Amino acid sequence: MSYWKDTIIFVTKEDHEAPSNAELVEEDPNDPYEERGLILPSGEINWNCPCLGGMASGPCGSEFKEAFSCFHYSKEEVKGSECLDQFRSMQECMQRYPELYPQEDEKDEKDKQEQATESGANAASEGQKDNDTTESEVKS
Amino acid sequence: MLKCRAVWRKLAPLARSASTQCRHNVKTALNNGRRQAFVPATHMSTGPAGGGGSENTLYVVLVGAACLGGGAYAYMTVRGDSKRYEERISELASRSAKEAPESQPPVAPEPEEAAPTSEESAPVAELSGETESASAEEPVTETPPEAAEQAAPVLAEAEPVAEVPPEAVEEAPPVVEEAAEEPVTEAPPAAEPETVQEAPTEPAVTSLPESAPAPEPVSAPLTLPSHAPYLLIGGGTASFAAARSIRARDPGAKVLIVTDEPNLPYMRPPLSKELWFSDDPSVTETLRFKQWNGKERSIYFQPSSFYVKPEELTSAENGGVAVLTGKKVIQMDVRGNKVKLDDDTEISYDKCLIGTGGVPRNLQVIEKAGDEVMNRTTLFRKIEDFKSLDNVSRNVKSITIIGGGFLGSELACALGRRSSETGLEVIQMFPEKGNMGKVLPEYLSNWTTEKVKKEGVRIVPEALVKSVAFKEDKLEILLKDGRQVKTDHIVAAVGLEPNVDLAKSAGLEVDSDFGGYRVNAELQARSNIWVAGDAACFYDIRLGRRRVEHHDHAVVSGRLAGENMTGANKPYWHQSMFWSDLGPDVGYEAIGIVDSSLPTVGVFAKATSKDTPKAATEQSGTGIRSESETEATAVTPVASSTPAPVMEHKDEYGKGVIFYLRDKVVVGIILWNVFNRMPIARKIIKDGEEHADLNEVAKLFNIHED
Repeated sequence: MSYWKDTIIFVTKEDHEAPSNAELVEEDPNDPYEERGLILPSGEINWNCPCLGGMASGPCGSEFKEAFSCFHYSKEEVKGSECLDQFRSMQECMQRYPELYPQEDEKDEKDKQEQATESGANAASEGQKDNDTTESEVKS
Repeated sequence: MLKCRAVWRKLAPLARSASTQCRHNVKTALNNGRRQAFVPATHMSTGPAGGGGSENTLYVVLVGAACLGGGAYAYMTVRGDSKRYEERISELASRSAKEAPESQPPVAPEPEEAAPTSEESAPVAELSGETESASAEEPVTETPPEAAEQAAPVLAEAEPVAEVPPEAVEEAPPVVEEAAEEPVTEAPPAAEPETVQEAPTEPAVTSLPESAPAPEPVSAPLTLPSHAPYLLIGGGTASFAAARSIRARDPGAKVLIVTDEPNLPYMRPPLSKELWFSDDPSVTETLRFKQWNGKERSIYFQPSSFYVKPEELTSAENGGVAVLTGKKVIQMDVRGNKVKLDDDTEISYDKCLIGTGGVPRNLQVIEKAGDEVMNRTTLFRKIEDFKSLDNVSRNVKSITIIGGGFLGSELACALGRRSSETGLEVIQMFPEKGNMGKVLPEYLSNWTTEKVKKEGVRIVPEALVKSVAFKEDKLEILLKDGRQVKTDHIVAAVGLEPNVDLAKSAGLEVDSDFGGYRVNAELQARSNIWVAGDAACFYDIRLGRRRVEHHDHAVVSGRLAGENMTGANKPYWHQSMFWSDLGPDVGYEAIGIVDSSLPTVGVFAKATSKDTPKAATEQSGTGIRSESETEATAVTPVASSTPAPVMEHKDEYGKGVIFYLRDKVVVGIILWNVFNRMPIARKIIKDGEEHADLNEVAKLFNIHED
């Protein structure tokens, strides 16, 4: 049916129960070529992370960067509590572009930031494909 | 010396005979008068002092004259050269003096200044005097040896020399009028070591365009920018990804996208997939599609409010991305760092990306078949093609798709789905035996073909088109084996011709194997020029040189090009992936080189009803699969604790993993109805290891789980 060059193997669940003995090369955490997640190994924010969507590159990009940087480096007990000004100016900017940044609660904004930070920091995330979603997509 | 010796040898016998004669005479004399005890000394050697004397003098005279002459010549040459040197220096000095007063101070918002990088070597030969703003590669390599003596002074100018230095303003096209900034940073053109090299790619860009000022009348309307620090040619996925990357990395960057389409950047995959499944009758206008899970979005990457107007780009405080639609770049001047549009305007740049994509190929038989046939043929690529095909599909009875690859099969499935509502006949013909015959191993290609048939498509495999004619209000397609197909409309999906129109004027290399502009692993074609997307034939460190025509590759390569344009110098390393859906039952994701001519190993499990694309998206709560990767970290797919009921499937290839091998190394992987596992596949390709047992590797994918 198929050529000699195409091998077909059928496996049941049991066949695949034993853990794999395939060897994978160890990851180098300092590999300069690798795509990085939200937080770079140096601790800096990777503004080019696909997980941020268009936030850092849009019209309110600079406001967003300031607010998020302040939050990221904040050492207060309530993280980001000294960053209210930056967040406010970011909010104001976003209000000018309702099409791009559909309005939601400021609280949701912050939640999204936190989630982004955590998820970015947790995984050696390979946020590769990037559909440039609008704000609403990223949040929900 | 040798001559002397040779002469002596000749003379020697003569000398001896002469001396013998002498003796003879002497003896006679002696015999005659024995009083002379004086024996004249026999001269054994006449020596050079004697007979060779005259020749010797001549020799000395000649040599002496030659020495004197040579010395005189050398002296004159050196004198003349130093005179030329002095002239050159003074010329350069005067030129730098001219430039200094004309340069304008850079505008505030740009924090980063480009260090002087470009250099020129003095040797007059190369310099044309005008194109000094030229590229930096010229100098060092072209230095002739003489320059070493002169200790060529090096004129440094800012590398991204925006505009034309004063001399060339003689031509003064009205648009191209900027002051050169940061001219001579090394003022004394003193002797410098030859090997001044240009600084590595600068992330920074100086702000330049203040051409608005003096020359133009105050009442003039805002004009299109004549200079863009970042110029992206082409308004597709690669350009947009690059624009975003540049903006993220270079704060306040001003990016200008020039596209000949009337649309803002949009994504292409929905044009042959999701848009066809929309229930909205006005979908051709809104271009919004509903994903499987109900989330709606537009095919445009960003709405128009995201972009800055091109006229306002120059003065935008925080920079931005501007899109200039309806304009085509027809010529590129690499040395002058500028491009020319089809309306004769010129735009200069500091960094340029070519993201021109490609143009659909057509069959020669169709092109030769005349207007009637051409009018009824669609080459599918852009939004307008989608609109026209959508219209056609509602108004004809039969459509034939020629081509069995991704686009052809997807369109066939989409139209086939429609056919159930409208009674439209959908035919698909291709030279291979089954759909995706060049991608999938034969058994899988056959299986896929059956699925496509189930979508309502009539498949005509192993079809080579011989001729097409318009007869009796129908298109008649005649195949080489005699079969005939009558239809109303043809869609040709037979490949993409990469657009390399600018290669000639820009002096860019075109790859003969894969087509497209040849670029290195960092996607760079020449200084300040990068290429990304469908048009780039690039060097993949892991998989070798190739050209990829997929959406994710456009995103990945566009993003990488943007990073490199802002100084990152990273090679292509993160493997892009691609995917296809052929109806609700068949969906796969793939990565790497997936060519059916390679040996393959397929590991399959039985599919359950949970393993279809629809189920995958519903469960993980993500949108179309292209988004699922970015959100993979936020949402973890739920593994079912109870064994899922196994559906009765006649076909055995429900879900699994297929490995493509080249020299025993896995170079490509298809995840067949198995989703959210692309990171593992990517890792395996990246490792590039030889695995003895691919079944063990397949275990890593947990194909039995969701």
